[in-house]
Amino acid sequence: MNAPLIGARIQRKEDYRFLTGAGQYTDDVAFPRQSHAAFLRSPHAHAKLGKVSIDKAKAAPGVLAVYTGTDLAAAKVGGLPCGWLITDVNGQPMKEPPYPALAQGKVRHVGERVAVVIAETAAQARDAAELIEVDYEVLPAVTDGTRAKGGSALHEIAPDNTCYVWALGDKGAVDAAFAKAAHVTRLEFVNNRLIPNAIEPRSANASYSRAEDGYTLYVASQNPHVERLLMTAFVLGLPENKVRVVSPDVGGGFGSKIYLYPEDVVVTWASKQLNRPVKWTSDRSEAFLSDAHGRDHVTVAELALDKSGKFLAMRVRTTANLGAYLSTFASCVPTILYATLLAGQYTTPLIHCEVTAVFTNTTPVDAYRGAGRPEATYVVERLVETAARELKLDPVEIRRRNFIKTFPYQTPVALCYDTGNYEATLSAALDLADVGGFQKRKEESLKRGKLRGIGYACYIEACGIAPSNVAGSLGARAGLFEAGEIRVHPTGTVTVFTGSHSHGQGHETTFAQVVADRLGLAIEGVEIVHGDTSKILFGMGTYGSRSLAVGGTAIVKALDKIVAKGKKIAAHLMEAAEADIEYDRGVFKVAGTDKQKAFGEVAFAAYVPHNYPLDKLEPGLNENAFYDPTNFTFPAGTYVCEVEVDRDTGATEIVSFTAVDDFGKVINPMIVEGQVHGGLTQGIGQALSEGCRYDDSGQLLTGSLADYSIPHASDVPTFKVDTRETPCTHNPLGVKGCGEAGAIGAPPAVMNAITDALGVKDLAMPATAQTVWRSLQKKAA
Amino acid sequence: MSVKVSMKVNGKPASAELEARTLLVTFIRENLRLTGTHVGCDTAQCGACTVLMNGRAIKSCSIVAMQAEGADIMTIEGVARPDGTLHPMQQAFKENHGLQCGFCTPGMVMNALDFAKSHPNPSEKEVRESLEGNLCRCTGYHNIVKSIMAGARAMGGKI
Repeated sequence: MNAPLIGARIQRKEDYRFLTGAGQYTDDVAFPRQSHAAFLRSPHAHAKLGKVSIDKAKAAPGVLAVYTGTDLAAAKVGGLPCGWLITDVNGQPMKEPPYPALAQGKVRHVGERVAVVIAETAAQARDAAELIEVDYEVLPAVTDGTRAKGGSALHEIAPDNTCYVWALGDKGAVDAAFAKAAHVTRLEFVNNRLIPNAIEPRSANASYSRAEDGYTLYVASQNPHVERLLMTAFVLGLPENKVRVVSPDVGGGFGSKIYLYPEDVVVTWASKQLNRPVKWTSDRSEAFLSDAHGRDHVTVAELALDKSGKFLAMRVRTTANLGAYLSTFASCVPTILYATLLAGQYTTPLIHCEVTAVFTNTTPVDAYRGAGRPEATYVVERLVETAARELKLDPVEIRRRNFIKTFPYQTPVALCYDTGNYEATLSAALDLADVGGFQKRKEESLKRGKLRGIGYACYIEACGIAPSNVAGSLGARAGLFEAGEIRVHPTGTVTVFTGSHSHGQGHETTFAQVVADRLGLAIEGVEIVHGDTSKILFGMGTYGSRSLAVGGTAIVKALDKIVAKGKKIAAHLMEAAEADIEYDRGVFKVAGTDKQKAFGEVAFAAYVPHNYPLDKLEPGLNENAFYDPTNFTFPAGTYVCEVEVDRDTGATEIVSFTAVDDFGKVINPMIVEGQVHGGLTQGIGQALSEGCRYDDSGQLLTGSLADYSIPHASDVPTFKVDTRETPCTHNPLGVKGCGEAGAIGAPPAVMNAITDALGVKDLAMPATAQTVWRSLQKKAA
Repeated sequence: MSVKVSMKVNGKPASAELEARTLLVTFIRENLRLTGTHVGCDTAQCGACTVLMNGRAIKSCSIVAMQAEGADIMTIEGVARPDGTLHPMQQAFKENHGLQCGFCTPGMVMNALDFAKSHPNPSEKEVRESLEGNLCRCTGYHNIVKSIMAGARAMGGKI
């Protein structure tokens, strides 16, 4: 009898290759006759593109070709599509300007691709790119979303630089509730623009085979099938069967590797032109300029309350900066994934949110870890904490008074929460954080000249975005299901193919635990395969904490089919009725007898069908399944942050961080904790140190890891984490997803703690030492 | 200008004719095809390219190959025992879930090997400070710190 695998801290199957240098990332792949691409990028944020002189570059050593936007246009290479159509407040479709892979006529942000050089070596390609001469007629730039409307127009189709104005909720009812509220809390803030910075830079390596008239693209992507679909159907006009996309080991994504990028298109197209494999690997400077950024909201948020602190209504107005072009899922992030989360964990009966999405001369913005949900949680949890302070209520008590307690719960912003227990995570977090001892710790800190503050965040998120038909009615242009296949081998070992993609999440282990547990096999006998369109039937990939809830469920559905067929085979082998066969941890049994067949015996019979019901049943034991969820999942939890602020320098130290999450059923606690640690650290980065800055001319001031500060080991504490389980009601595993929670809940918890320490209403993120010091000086003055 | 460069890499002699500007990391990755050493930035911040040069952790993106002339280089591929058994530091990373996407991991391990030689029983604070030159975006460092503390104890001051 095997020990239970669900809930076990199984060490990861993938670790050996990573620890010995045997991982294979895209840049590690080298084809015979490999060539290398370098992109010439615009140094201007906004300019008319004049003559692009490429002759010197073409004549440089090792150069095979130089292409510009003109070449792509002549070859009828299409623009990059946007995957979600938002309909505005007037019922009109959003403005969708063309997004050419190489600039045509104009450049609209620093770092936009103007030309590509392909050479024998990467160094030769870069050297030659510097020889290209470009005439630019520089135009005024706008980088601040709130000034986009009056700025120089980026796109003809949107003269006021507005992509859409969109709204959700009953404005009249919300305004009426505000008019008679006993108290209104109001905050105006910026949700700072972030640059994702997965440590592996993006990379794409395409090869074309004349013999097969087909392409193979290795690319650092979170969703190879989506990459293939967008590239073949929308950009290059190729049949999908002629394009294989492989995403091998991928060194972190955090959203930034979901999208189809121009570089991927260009190397794929060029590989056929040259009949040579073409590789491009981003350097970090290019990553800062060209990987999709995240967040960048300017928001006015208001909460109406009655005298007892009960929430009556919420009103939110946000300007979302989408950057220069519409990245793949840019349009749904500040709308569908944002406004729908504004109820949080609370019974706020009326909510209205209006979002103005604008174009600016900045790098495109898209989903980054959490995607809309961190922005919403920041609105809710900063408002709630501020309201408590204004009403002189305990910030924990005000939350308790407003918690949703009965489920399912229909929010006023479209979502229906299936289950939850917010008191359970809150009270566990209070205990684990020893909130009762805070006052004593605060006094002790003060003796050392430090200001100590405590902050809370009770977040909710919506994961596993679904179902497809509902999303489709809201503008999604893709399905939101997942696919899985179980291939049982004749000896009873199993290969599992999943359309999800692992780029650090440990699917090779977690999914193997699920399969081995369900089939009652040893985990060593289960292999997980992902990331190759030639092996996996289909997939939507990994984003939005969906892999286990959606991808895992597809696998479970396929497993059910395996067991059902296995029962038929076993019934034949044991000369029993199919209805009498039970499957229990690796063994098919005839109920009420001692007759049984091991899983391996049944598998063997399926492939060596000598004693087999061939007249009724196909040989083989291989099943696949697609799963389209009926609802989102709703992870939730409470975070408690304690900070110490140095009064002299403004430096803020996170002295304690406690996270209690409800992810539903946990398959591997070790992996889940790791996801939480990482998410928290990115959230702490947003709160304390990460802030993308452009100057007025559109130059990126934070263009390297020396200027843009992602957290170091000494910037974060050892975390205190725990979980509570209320299983998801609508998937068979009861799981909800854990990848983004930390990045969603941490920023408001940290900022609530810092504002508590300083005794101020609000402070801008990132709360760098300088920002905090200025706040201290202002208060002292 | 091309130069002949010779050194020892993971105990074996390695040499090549290279452009003088070739970085050590490029020589390791492109010429020797030892792709476990990674490049994550261009400003010497991330540490994914860390290797041992004559026993000391260095960033192989920050020196040209000819600066390593005659040196003894160890990359992540040279850390495990010849039979494939993980080194105690690698084992500690595995046991403590000190890695997720794996991209920064080789640099983390190489840096930790050097650090652990002089810190057989390091404190959490010492470990965090030792990671000033290594960035990870996945783990939040929590389990990397645990891994290095455990790995250092298992090593007992010796690589």
